[in-house]
Amino acid sequence: MSIDKATVAKIATLARIKVPEEDREALAGELSNILGWVEQLSEVDTDNVPPMTSVVDAVAPKRKDAVTDGGYRDRVTVNAPAAAKGFFTVPKVVE
Amino acid sequence: MASLMKGRTGDWEIVIGLEIHAQVTADAKLFSGASTAFGAEPNTQVSLVDAAMPGMLPVVNERSIEQAVRTGLALNAEVRLHSVFARKNYFYPDLPQGYQISQYEEPIIGEGEIVIDLPDGDSKPVGIERLHLEQDAGKSLHDQHPSQSYIDLNRSGVTLMEIVSKPDMRSADEAAAYIEKIRSILRYIGACDGNMQEGSMRADVNVSVRRPGEALGTRCEIKNVNSIRFVRQAIDHEAARQIEIIEDGGEIDQETRLYDPDRGETRSMRTKEDAHDYRYFPDPDLLPVDLEQSFVDRLKQTLPELPDQKKARFIDDYGLSPYDASVLVAERETAEFYETVATGRDPKLAANWVMSELFGRLNKADIAIADSPVSAEALGGLIDLIADDTISGRIAKDVFNEMVETGKDAAAIVEEKGLKQITDTGAIEGIIDTIIAENPDNVAQYQGGNTKVVGWFVGQVMKASQGKANPKLVNELLRKKLDA
Repeated sequence: MSIDKATVAKIATLARIKVPEEDREALAGELSNILGWVEQLSEVDTDNVPPMTSVVDAVAPKRKDAVTDGGYRDRVTVNAPAAAKGFFTVPKVVE
Repeated sequence: MASLMKGRTGDWEIVIGLEIHAQVTADAKLFSGASTAFGAEPNTQVSLVDAAMPGMLPVVNERSIEQAVRTGLALNAEVRLHSVFARKNYFYPDLPQGYQISQYEEPIIGEGEIVIDLPDGDSKPVGIERLHLEQDAGKSLHDQHPSQSYIDLNRSGVTLMEIVSKPDMRSADEAAAYIEKIRSILRYIGACDGNMQEGSMRADVNVSVRRPGEALGTRCEIKNVNSIRFVRQAIDHEAARQIEIIEDGGEIDQETRLYDPDRGETRSMRTKEDAHDYRYFPDPDLLPVDLEQSFVDRLKQTLPELPDQKKARFIDDYGLSPYDASVLVAERETAEFYETVATGRDPKLAANWVMSELFGRLNKADIAIADSPVSAEALGGLIDLIADDTISGRIAKDVFNEMVETGKDAAAIVEEKGLKQITDTGAIEGIIDTIIAENPDNVAQYQGGNTKVVGWFVGQVMKASQGKANPKLVNELLRKKLDA
């Protein structure tokens, strides 16, 4: 599977990564190589093999339904680029 | 039920599917130990997991899993013992992770079916496509600052169930009945409080139109409708809009729209075309959810009698009409209230009193049945007085009003005000004799063949007795005297 320049531009937009026009060609090549490498896996016959979502052979741990966290607004917003009155603030987004 | 919409060029059928987002009743969030209580100060119920700080790991809340399974069972749906959390990737300021943890290819609940109750007493099955668990996003406030949006992450990470119906509904009435039924079921089992004002339940409405019998048309999705009234309005407006476009020779674009209740119209959301490219993949931070059948069986034991079972029982045991039964079972509290009133009494009389007199009062004053000024026992006491002929049905309404005002019980009011029905034949005959003596003209009319005038006599006797004479006795005795 190969990736063209338009696809590079699209996934860059979806991931909110700015990729200058002049870098797209090279990136398309690199991404295509990576996909080609991964595609070797399709040579393995995986019929009747259930998809593996984790390498850990364990049952998902669960938490009790109890309030054990939160209540530290200052810690939550301390790294925010902008905050006011306990809110995070961002440039206005109105649909 | 044929519910076609008229266009200029003929009839159209509306096809509706609903996605209901229901907030799961739990103290803590889906993947963190932060509180879910409503109405707290901004960002005070946010853990570092909810704020998506680097290195924080989600751990699933077992109650969220249990509630989803219980809901699945209540929706007569398949509980999938193996389900997987997936990341739905998109950017928005109220989604700090940059993705919502949801379920995609492997939801926890598969297909099911519920029965909806329509206003004409009819019922209809509606298919459930799936139910999956997901995180809620935070809340954006746009009216706090001229150029900034304010973000509160208290809701971020709260457990939602998204319940997806099949496109089985054909009118706004059916969509409303579906939401009512889902809400009723969720409240019965305690999986969601169903409070649409506080945002505990919201609906995305998929609407398309077609000529009857033809293939499905292109649908539009109306996002985030937060009341049943608005769902009805949105469906009617959107269907009319689509019909007009098609009749004008146009085509429907599949798109996401918003309903604007102030203007009574839906409008396109100005989102980019890419917005729906969510690039789902299994969340590597979370192991699949694997359940034991015994766990599911145990949860099944925790389900109460559900609305449909209760409705069937009310019809069988109490002889109620399907419509009355569906109204009485819609809320668990109402059903319990009714049963307390009906037990050991005439169940139809009890239903009439609960549904017309009591509901009328409660609706007028906007009071929940739990806060009813007249308890089920007290209302039962009133009905007993009607049943044993202590008071007439008409007097009972006055007594009921007095009960609402004063909180006293029926017997005390009847005693105090001397409202006891007169069943003493002699006393009633005395009144009748007086009235007959005073109104020879009307007596002549009756004897001349105008038997309708008997109603006038009954009225006069009732009035003279201040409503306390037993109407049946009055009728009997009057006719006897007039015919004599």
